[in-house]
Amino acid sequence: MPPRPRGAPEPAGQRELLSAGDVARTIARMAHQVIEKTSLGASGARPVVLLGIPTRGAPLAHRLAARVAEFSGVEVPVGTLDVTLYRDDLRRRPTRPLGQTALPPGGVEDALVVLVDDVLFSGRTIRAALDALRDVGRPRAVQLAVLVDRGHRELPIRADYVGKNVPTARTEEVHVLFTETDGRDAVRLHRAGDPE
Amino acid sequence: MSALVIRGATPYGEGAPVDIAVRDGVITAIGSAVDADGAQVLDAGGLVALPGFVDLHTHLREPGREDTETIETGSRAAALGGFTAVFAMANTDPVADNAVVVEHVWRRGREVGLVDVHPVGAVTVGLKGERLAELGTMARSAAQVRVFSDDGLCVADPLIMRRALEYTRALDAVIAQHAEEPRLTVGAQAHEGELAARLGLAGWPSVAEEAIVARDCLLARHVGARLHVCHVSTEGTAEVLRWAKARGTRVSAEVTPHHLLLDDERLSSYDPVNKVNPPLRTAADAKALRQALAEGTIDCVATDHAPHASQDKDCEWSAARPGMLGLQTALPIVVRTMVEPGLLDWRGVARVLSERPAEIGGLPDQGRPIAVGEPATLALVDPAGRWTVRGAELASIAANTPYEGMELPGAVVATLLRGKITARDGKATA
Amino acid sequence: MRHLLGTDGLDPATALAILDTADGLKRTLLGREVRKLPTLRGRTVITMFFEDSTRTRVSFEIAGKWMSADVVNVSSSGSSVKKGESLRDTALTLAAAGADCVIVRHPASGAAHRLASWLGHTGTSVVNAGDGTHEHPTQALLDMATLRDRLGGVEGRRIGIVGDVLHSRVARSNVHLLTSFGAQVVLVAPPTLLPTRIADWPVGAAGSLTVAHDLDPELPTLDAVMMLRVQAERMHGGFFPSAREYAITYGLSEARAAMLPEHAVVLHPGPMLRGMEISAAVADSPRAAITEQVANGVHVRMAVLYHLLAGEEEAV
Repeated sequence: MPPRPRGAPEPAGQRELLSAGDVARTIARMAHQVIEKTSLGASGARPVVLLGIPTRGAPLAHRLAARVAEFSGVEVPVGTLDVTLYRDDLRRRPTRPLGQTALPPGGVEDALVVLVDDVLFSGRTIRAALDALRDVGRPRAVQLAVLVDRGHRELPIRADYVGKNVPTARTEEVHVLFTETDGRDAVRLHRAGDPE
Repeated sequence: MSALVIRGATPYGEGAPVDIAVRDGVITAIGSAVDADGAQVLDAGGLVALPGFVDLHTHLREPGREDTETIETGSRAAALGGFTAVFAMANTDPVADNAVVVEHVWRRGREVGLVDVHPVGAVTVGLKGERLAELGTMARSAAQVRVFSDDGLCVADPLIMRRALEYTRALDAVIAQHAEEPRLTVGAQAHEGELAARLGLAGWPSVAEEAIVARDCLLARHVGARLHVCHVSTEGTAEVLRWAKARGTRVSAEVTPHHLLLDDERLSSYDPVNKVNPPLRTAADAKALRQALAEGTIDCVATDHAPHASQDKDCEWSAARPGMLGLQTALPIVVRTMVEPGLLDWRGVARVLSERPAEIGGLPDQGRPIAVGEPATLALVDPAGRWTVRGAELASIAANTPYEGMELPGAVVATLLRGKITARDGKATA
Repeated sequence: MRHLLGTDGLDPATALAILDTADGLKRTLLGREVRKLPTLRGRTVITMFFEDSTRTRVSFEIAGKWMSADVVNVSSSGSSVKKGESLRDTALTLAAAGADCVIVRHPASGAAHRLASWLGHTGTSVVNAGDGTHEHPTQALLDMATLRDRLGGVEGRRIGIVGDVLHSRVARSNVHLLTSFGAQVVLVAPPTLLPTRIADWPVGAAGSLTVAHDLDPELPTLDAVMMLRVQAERMHGGFFPSAREYAITYGLSEARAAMLPEHAVVLHPGPMLRGMEISAAVADSPRAAITEQVANGVHVRMAVLYHLLAGEEEAV
């Protein structure tokens, strides 16, 4: 998705849900929640690992870790977990290239793993992530952090940390943009079929 | 036999249309507005009249492989292709290496009656290249064999070839050689060129043909015998023939329609419908062969009509049998490759498809002029006709045509064998 | 991608995608105890080998199993092939029985192409695991993966392919793939073991494929040397006079290996004839990548199956 030139008019049928400033504030709030809910830094607390799901879960995980470090002083190990090989919808789309799986040096064994993704929709990506996670180790517990929860779950999966709940129609698309992958920060709502 | 008048045909495509009157198998009058006088009338307006075609090289597969072609179905295909005589190759099962088999083929041909079927006798017993077959007995049989060939296999042993050439001098017969040095073609699958090399198909080098043709020309001259070279496929062979003829060797040669038209670019699909022996050569070879045919270095066109069952063709390349159907597509390919580019006129077509092959095969009543007193053995051709080849619609039992789906020029509208209509408007008339 | 029949005409972008996937799979599986991915669960892969080749068949079988495909092995001995059933009928039977992919090794050049045309109306994919003396595309892909690991890539690199090029499907597939990735390939063999006019083959950029008959002057210029297998039965065809003369002229001895640049890699598709085309010491030396080739073979074949079977079905 190429970045839209700055100052270009808002195309019809598109809506900005979060601005760059909103994105930064939302991630900061999520970082506070993670610190609190995982008792980070408390004595006896289990180690926490953030695993971003490529593509946009990866930069989100790194930003979240940076905020967590800033607010708590604890450096949380960050990695990525590609779920492509575990998806149940591979045959519905053209062949997907693989993303990268890069676990932090300590691995995930016995850790509290927080899976990080940009958008939570059907829940199938998270199901695939849970399967992928099982093949790389045995965490003590797994939590889920997403920037946007847009509803329409098809599996009994819920997020532990939600940046923003967005009611959507099934036909709409939520696009999360990050500077690292898209040249700017924003969350946008598109009607299906709209040109990018 | 009842009388017939062919109205408005143009003999050899030359001059004004004429009517040709036929009685008892013989042309009785040629002129404008010949009186029909109760005779059957064949409207031939716009058609070119040519002497009936003679194929020196046909595989009719009977006896042995009647699942792919019989003398009857092959005769039908021949008549539909404008042929009035075919030479049936000896590589049947059993091999036509004795009087019994050649007389059977001869008689079946007569019974079917659509085309004169002349059996070719094997040169060596069982086509094994080791001992001469009873050439004299076959020559003196009812079939009166005048062409001998181990076609499919080469008479490779130089001594056997020398003896065969010498021996047939006494029989007024000719040895038709399938020129392929077997040691140079062990496992060969396709023309030894860049494409076969890329495709991993073992090469059939041009020199394996040229070496045998050169050797046999030298032998024929040495013993003063006649030699006929089957299916010339390379530019180098044409050069050898040019040289041998220039020094007076009694050698004749044929080229197949597929070697005039197709080349080894066809290999890339690995579809064995394009597998043939000798193999499809390069485009440069095809061009040289067309030139050699035009100038007479190559005497005639012969089909090498070779029906094969689908299970012997629709398989992997190396397992497939070599050969292609050819009888019904011969004239159209000659029109496409020789007439359309101006290399031959219709008189030339008569030469390469009728007159020369009849002479080489020793047939006194075929390839005759279109003239009063001559046999009414004719092919009537629509030069403007266009048709699309469909293997399943051809008269042969097998369907292995490499021209599937191609639109070809030049349709045979009717064929007459000694006054009898053997094919008309796409139907053989037994 | 519907089939993988050869590297001749294989789109470089597709080849690159396969190699990247193989790389991703390798990293994914690195150090894992459980080397099993659910990706191809429920898909049926049939290996159909009409020539003995334990190493290639096992490599494909492991690749399929690590991706959770159901892998069925059919070998020519004891199968219907021996009873005279045609390749076409065998293929149609396997497709009708539910094969999503047929991996075929066959002594006839073009067998995989024929199979693909017979199966054109079915959804079954065909992978060429070696057809006659034509192609062996997964071998070339695994060689490429190995060269990428060792050299970082092949663009502008000079790769020698030494030995019986004429009868080698490995050589053909490598010539096409290496030149399409911008490598310079030099084929080193006696004239009797080189295919017709190979230097004129339309591959790569002009001049990217050359031929030499003398190995020694080439060695210092090579970034990698691929030693082809020599089959002793070729001697009977008169392609070369004796095994001894071949080993002396074209074998990679220790002395010859010492003429290679420091970084140069030695490849061999296996199985090796130690002492004939390669000395034992060279085959076991650190510059030899022969075991890496085998390991990469599994990942590359997993990647091929992934690209054939894990995407949306292409229109038939």
